[in-house]
Amino acid sequence: MTEAIEHTNDLDFEGWVCPVPLRDTPFIVMGHGGGGAMSAELIEHLFLPAYGAAATADLGDSAVLSVGGSTLAFSTDSFVVKPMFFPGGSIGDLAVNGTVNDLAMSGAVPLFMSTAYILQEGTGLEELGRIAQQVGAAALVAGVKLVTGDTKVVDRGSGDGVYINTAGIGVIPHGVDINPRRAGVGDAVLVSGDLGVHGVAVMSCREGLEFGTTIESDTAALHGLVAAMLAACGDLHVLRDPTRGGLAASLNEIARASKVGIELVEQDIPVPQMVRDACGLLGLDPLQVANEGKLVAIVPADQADLVLQAMQAHPLGRAACRIGTCVPDHRGMVVAKTAMGGTRVVDLPIGEQLPRIC
Amino acid sequence: MCLAVPGRVVSIANVDETLMAEVDFGTVRKQVCVEYVPDVKIGEYVVVHVGFAIQRLDEQSAQQTLTNFEQLGILEEEFGDGFSRAARHAGVDDPRGAGR
Amino acid sequence: MKYLDEFSNPDLAHKLLDQIHAVTTQSWAMMEVCGGQTHSIIRHGIDQLLPEGLEMIHGPGCPVCVTPLEIIDKALAIAALDNVIFCSFGDMLRVPGSSQDLFMIKSGGGDVRVVYSPLDALNIARQNPDKEVVFFGIGFETTAPANAMTVYQAKRLGVKNFSMLVSHVLVPPAMAAIMESPTCRVQGFLAAGHVCSVMGTAQYPPLAERYKVPIVVTGFEPLDILEGIRRTVVQLEEGRHELENAYPRAVLAEGNVPAMAMLQDVFEVTDRTWRGIGMIPASGWKLSGRYGDFDAERRFDVMDIHTQESSICRSGEVLQGLIKPHECAAFGKECTPRKPLGATMVSSEGACAAYYAYRRLELVETT
Repeated sequence: MTEAIEHTNDLDFEGWVCPVPLRDTPFIVMGHGGGGAMSAELIEHLFLPAYGAAATADLGDSAVLSVGGSTLAFSTDSFVVKPMFFPGGSIGDLAVNGTVNDLAMSGAVPLFMSTAYILQEGTGLEELGRIAQQVGAAALVAGVKLVTGDTKVVDRGSGDGVYINTAGIGVIPHGVDINPRRAGVGDAVLVSGDLGVHGVAVMSCREGLEFGTTIESDTAALHGLVAAMLAACGDLHVLRDPTRGGLAASLNEIARASKVGIELVEQDIPVPQMVRDACGLLGLDPLQVANEGKLVAIVPADQADLVLQAMQAHPLGRAACRIGTCVPDHRGMVVAKTAMGGTRVVDLPIGEQLPRIC
Repeated sequence: MCLAVPGRVVSIANVDETLMAEVDFGTVRKQVCVEYVPDVKIGEYVVVHVGFAIQRLDEQSAQQTLTNFEQLGILEEEFGDGFSRAARHAGVDDPRGAGR
Repeated sequence: MKYLDEFSNPDLAHKLLDQIHAVTTQSWAMMEVCGGQTHSIIRHGIDQLLPEGLEMIHGPGCPVCVTPLEIIDKALAIAALDNVIFCSFGDMLRVPGSSQDLFMIKSGGGDVRVVYSPLDALNIARQNPDKEVVFFGIGFETTAPANAMTVYQAKRLGVKNFSMLVSHVLVPPAMAAIMESPTCRVQGFLAAGHVCSVMGTAQYPPLAERYKVPIVVTGFEPLDILEGIRRTVVQLEEGRHELENAYPRAVLAEGNVPAMAMLQDVFEVTDRTWRGIGMIPASGWKLSGRYGDFDAERRFDVMDIHTQESSICRSGEVLQGLIKPHECAAFGKECTPRKPLGATMVSSEGACAAYYAYRRLELVETT
């Protein structure tokens, strides 16, 4: 059961000035983990104030730090996916690739990773073994060393099988400065391939939502692709892997951080037919569905072709294409031109994506 | 309301004395109850809402509708009244007088 | 996807738009009844492309939006009970009750599950014989056959631990109620295509005649919507008020006969209070006496429900098409999809949610 939040002297709930005061929902709800607006709020209005002076400005899922003469990227992510095994992968693959990709989105070469497990009492050792094997295999492919870890067990009934947290460190090459505040008016918006694949793969085996599809998760480590892109253009402005919340979440965050508007051409956004069909069936927006092996890149307009060529030459970027432009209008918002010629706002998803009947 | 999606019936079976079909939605398949379209045949299309086929899709009718759209305006362009049309487009009265 | 892509063809859309522009000589206001149609219009930007004088008034065809507050509160009370697995369509999860929503019940420990089909809930009941499984049976006539079949199966298979909380609403009485309103500006209707797939078109000619409004049965894809608008405008321009079927590929005049037979058996007509609108006589369905054992309202003693709507929410006026979402003072401020005051902001079909999701841009630019 849930307990009320204890109000400490340092947290002034009354003083929160934000469009959606968290005090009205005194519990954590599933939406807080969805990667959308609610998650962002939890960080901005609960964690950051609570951390006080100890926190740096951001608390994004990847940090860029100067240590000695080097620039390091440090990132962490937790994996709570259900089902643990899905077409194309498992929680093990996601755990490694997710953190590797967070590092890669800063332009870092991922080097070392920790793995911490929270296991529910009663979890099958065989299942755990399979997951661990996939962690090892994914780490090998990604070129990271698994150097430290931890294991905890919780009571049957608390927790849901296996939760994995990974934290990773990488080195950012000199001169590389990739962060979400660098998108500029006129920049081109690129994606590395088909969208919505992972989310649909996972949803297709959820209880009550099963549907026949052979779609497999696109989980993959992207640092090789990023390296190829950096070789073509030393001045990539923004990179982001559109995981929870999909393309919509990532682009909205970038638009806000960089204070630009983003204009997409709906017909240019690559959504495979299978994803369209599954989303059509469930009433979901493919732009809000998670991806685990794709990236969004925002690059200077005159570099767009070069970068695209480099992406298309890489196995993970064959279907890379341009989907839009950064504009001086509607700063902070993402808008798409529809096939009909109208426009619509591409919104930050609220919480969890739920299938609908309407 | 009514997020209902067209799909093609691939196979039909009796499950627990209920008529169910495997329906193909292009690249995705799902089990659908077809008790409400009991005469449906394999290869036919149905409209599916929350796991139920609520109506058969008439292919001929669909084709006819699309053809109608394609031909819209063609007849008027050939035989219609050019003046009144031009006037409407320009947002002014038909120069030949009221009632046109 | 076949039968969808063809009906989104931009070239044909422009043809239809040209035709609409060509036939429109004066201002007209028409209502698209179904929330799915509202969603399609806003999402594709169709209303932006219509001639200046044509106004789309968004109707109350969003079952999520109009489910009575009292029923929502009952759902919440049932879902919070130990030993209950409460199953619902995804749309209902964030609809605000008097003080909570199903998501909050879930986070408080309630077993709340999203299902795609009511049959999935029945399966859950069969797989969990020691639990009470309740399905939230909302919707218009489109969804009623699915809910009816599920209760029918529950009875046939003797699934005693299954029950349904029923709150169906009917379209034709709502259309009549809208036309009866003294502030009504609606001059024509785009009738809900999939409701008619089930119920046929027989209920509409009397309405067209009584209120002198053209009624055009319309689908949901962009071309279908444009055609529905076109035919309505043609009738208005020609002074006609008839029923037309612009969605013949999925709608027969006689409707779906086996479905209607099942509906006759499982449901009976009842008065229903539409959230935000008020009581409309004979505008809903409840479980018939034969199936009373499966009625969750009877099975669970959830008396003591005190409903309370937000005092600043103007959902009702939006649902009746009296105001546009952005004309409500709370729109985008106290009321957002994240913290909705009324159901029209929660449901993806709700006009407020559609405006917020897709239209904020213009609203931002014009303020």
